[in-house]
Amino acid sequence: MEIYDILFWILSALAVSCALGVILSRNPVNSVMFLIVTFFAISGHYILMNAQFLAIVNIIVYAGAIMVLFLFVIMLMNLNADVEPQKGQLVQLAGVISGGVLFLVILAAIKTAKTESMDKTSTDIGLITNLGRTLFTRYVLPFEISSVLFLSAMIGAVVIGKKEEAKPSKEDESEMKQFL
Amino acid sequence: MPVNSTHYLFLSLLLFSIGIMGALMRRNAIIIFMCIELMLNAVNLLLVAFSKIYGDADAQLFVFFIMVVAAAEVAVGLAIIVMMYRKVHSVDINILNRLKH
Repeated sequence: MEIYDILFWILSALAVSCALGVILSRNPVNSVMFLIVTFFAISGHYILMNAQFLAIVNIIVYAGAIMVLFLFVIMLMNLNADVEPQKGQLVQLAGVISGGVLFLVILAAIKTAKTESMDKTSTDIGLITNLGRTLFTRYVLPFEISSVLFLSAMIGAVVIGKKEEAKPSKEDESEMKQFL
Repeated sequence: MPVNSTHYLFLSLLLFSIGIMGALMRRNAIIIFMCIELMLNAVNLLLVAFSKIYGDADAQLFVFFIMVVAAAEVAVGLAIIVMMYRKVHSVDINILNRLKH
């Protein structure tokens, strides 16, 4: 068994067990922590497959930015107490069964797929030079469009998240009178 | 048995199914959102694996664009969840069924 295979199995076991932890843990903060570990395991897979740039971007964007945003929202709403209402046993069972049936169907579909062997030698496809050249020659238009997408998402988030009435309500005024 | 493309197909399928199960099982809107992120990452993993197998850089750029869209989606989605929390003081998705009436 090569070192590549050993690392593959270790990272896969870590990713799958932590993904199960995400959906099974009752506390949302624990779910976020498990998801961060899953992202790190997937980044390990990227490094194993010579996609170094994507591994770093995965850690920076997902584990660094998106999960911190999730954690921030959870802390803001004070959801870290285990008071979340659960679905009924029947609905949970139905969810697991439908997920499992989807798993089995796709498993049966890809069971006969042609097996391609992995080339374990290191390549320079995933390096930033090669990716940047491809991005700015063949994929310039999607790159520019994604900047427009970001701009509209930013404006949308600000508009949605803004408080609706600017004037203070009755309670705020009475609180302010107490201070005065 | 050395690692080949089938191993990555199975791993990616397993992560995707776990994401589906989580989205169907939980009632907390934030957890459902995190399960969607998990599914996106399962797809990313498979794209990188095939990029490695076929020696093609295009798949890695698709992963890059998926990450871009996911980041934008999270910004808007969390804003919607915060607004919902401000209105009904809960992130329970069962409360949202009043949209039916």
